[in-house]
Amino acid sequence: MTLPSALKKISDTIWELPVSYKEGMLVPARIFATDKLIKEMDAGVFEQVSNVATLPGIQRYAYCMPDGHWGYGFPIGGVAAMDPGTGVISPGGIGFDINCGMRLVLTNLTADQVKPKLHQLVDRLFARIPTGVGCHGFVKLSQSEFGSVVEQGSRWCLKNGFATQDDLDMTEEGGCFPGADAASISDKAVERGYNQLGTLGSGNHYCEIQVVQPENVWDKELASAFGLNIPNQVVIMFHCGSRGFGHQVATDYLKLFLSVMERKYGIKLVDRELSCAPFHSPEGQAYFSAMKCAVNMAFANRQVILHRIREVFSEVFHSSPDDLGMRMVYDVAHNTAKLEKHATNGHKKEFLIHRKGSTRAFGPGAPGLPECYEKTGQPVIIGGSMETGSYLLAGMPSGADAFYTTAHGSGRTMSRHQAKKNFRGDKLQRDMEQRGIYVRTDSFGGLAEEAGAAYKNIDEVVEATEMAGLSKRVARLIPIGNIKG
Amino acid sequence: MPYEFRGDIAHADIAFNAWNETLEGLFKDAAEATIKVMVENVPAVRPTETVEIALDQTNEEMLLFDFLNELIFYKDARRLILLPTKITFGRSEAGCELKATLQGEEINTERHRMNTDVKAVTMLRFSLTQVQEGWRATVVLDV
Repeated sequence: MTLPSALKKISDTIWELPVSYKEGMLVPARIFATDKLIKEMDAGVFEQVSNVATLPGIQRYAYCMPDGHWGYGFPIGGVAAMDPGTGVISPGGIGFDINCGMRLVLTNLTADQVKPKLHQLVDRLFARIPTGVGCHGFVKLSQSEFGSVVEQGSRWCLKNGFATQDDLDMTEEGGCFPGADAASISDKAVERGYNQLGTLGSGNHYCEIQVVQPENVWDKELASAFGLNIPNQVVIMFHCGSRGFGHQVATDYLKLFLSVMERKYGIKLVDRELSCAPFHSPEGQAYFSAMKCAVNMAFANRQVILHRIREVFSEVFHSSPDDLGMRMVYDVAHNTAKLEKHATNGHKKEFLIHRKGSTRAFGPGAPGLPECYEKTGQPVIIGGSMETGSYLLAGMPSGADAFYTTAHGSGRTMSRHQAKKNFRGDKLQRDMEQRGIYVRTDSFGGLAEEAGAAYKNIDEVVEATEMAGLSKRVARLIPIGNIKG
Repeated sequence: MPYEFRGDIAHADIAFNAWNETLEGLFKDAAEATIKVMVENVPAVRPTETVEIALDQTNEEMLLFDFLNELIFYKDARRLILLPTKITFGRSEAGCELKATLQGEEINTERHRMNTDVKAVTMLRFSLTQVQEGWRATVVLDV
């Protein structure tokens, strides 16, 4: 596409739109991309990242990561840090699927051990982890019990036999954002979500069995520290979020903010999807609490799914999850807003960091990392397309400028509508099996939308994050089995 | 089929335009487009369950937003795929109101060819406008 004429190249991986680009911009917008990736960005990225720069209280820059593409409100890959005292909180900077995130789990199995049982494993995972439109989970809860889940997140799972303490230690924020109050969520959100704990959903949500081939290990030392020690080691990666509960929380507060933003707070914005409220307003604080409930639901959801994955591997290999080495590498959130302290002008200052389709990537020594990752930096799990593979990265000390944030995936280059025109799900499934990737799905239409060619080249995206000093490549992960909703 | 999916205004999400001579027709078209994103063979959805809904909003545009979100809500809360059979509009203290009869059935993957889950109606380019020929809407769904 034709790049905006105002776009200025700052370095090999930083592009900037100045405040003069659009009326109302309070800070410049910065996009992390190589020459090739910036040319592949769709027009929506430039429109939306410059819209983000108009939000009251935004600090430094409105950012977009190398996997950025057209979203709603923020672009996917968008990052905005607000001054909590003067700034706003915006559901459009977090997304409807609050705490959509990634989890990576180790095994001590090799590809040679898993491949003979791959069909059995994938078929059982597909049967045992509910997928697809409107799926309900196997954990039966009352609506009041669900209130405990959303307030406690993975801690609820630990109390109820779905987690180990080590799982919680290996989850961002220990699997629970403190300050989640179920009084801030609607009955409708509860009714929509209380049956969905332990479900994958659909769209780009998946659970994948992957192999770490020796030639795909970029940094042996970091890989070893993250538990990747065996040639052709098998790992499990999955991607899902807060399901209908989180979607309803976002919808409820989008509507509330639309009703008060201009009338009560005098905030006028160029895009209604960016509707917001001052962070310290009653509405802003209520949303922050409700969002935390959805974040916790997503942590619990991924934790219950992990429990099921362990059961399936245990059944198929007749060994306990411990004996199979099924330990979590990490769990990272994509769609959140968090209060974090970052260095600015020589001292630490608190910011409200919106990350939408982007990943926190703390460097070595950052507070809040588990002890085992203090020297390595935070593991960052980048989900690629189901055809091309994914990555494990590590946070870098040089990530400070972007508030220690990096990409979250490949990033789409083709609309879902176009992908369904270009690809057939049943043919794609057969082709992938010939290439050694066994896929089960509820929807061939949904599978076609997720074809590898609909996404950017993940190798280029992660290389760009490393060149920009946001995250370092540790290993590339090759899919061999996948379940999709 | 007075609706059309668009690949040019959203990549990760699904956008459509709908148009109809009447407001009731427009709401029905937008409902079918939303359900079509989730169920490939919409005619296979049998009208075995009935749900009555009543909504109140400041204007017709926000009424459409709430109405489509109701369909998405029932898909998750009760696994029901619903389509409107009758919609009536009236004036209310807030602005305007809608009463609708929705009919459909529980998701049945044996008979329903499922597509992609719809998470929400977004405000991106969301619009409902009265035009010379009737009504026209643009909707972007988060999937």
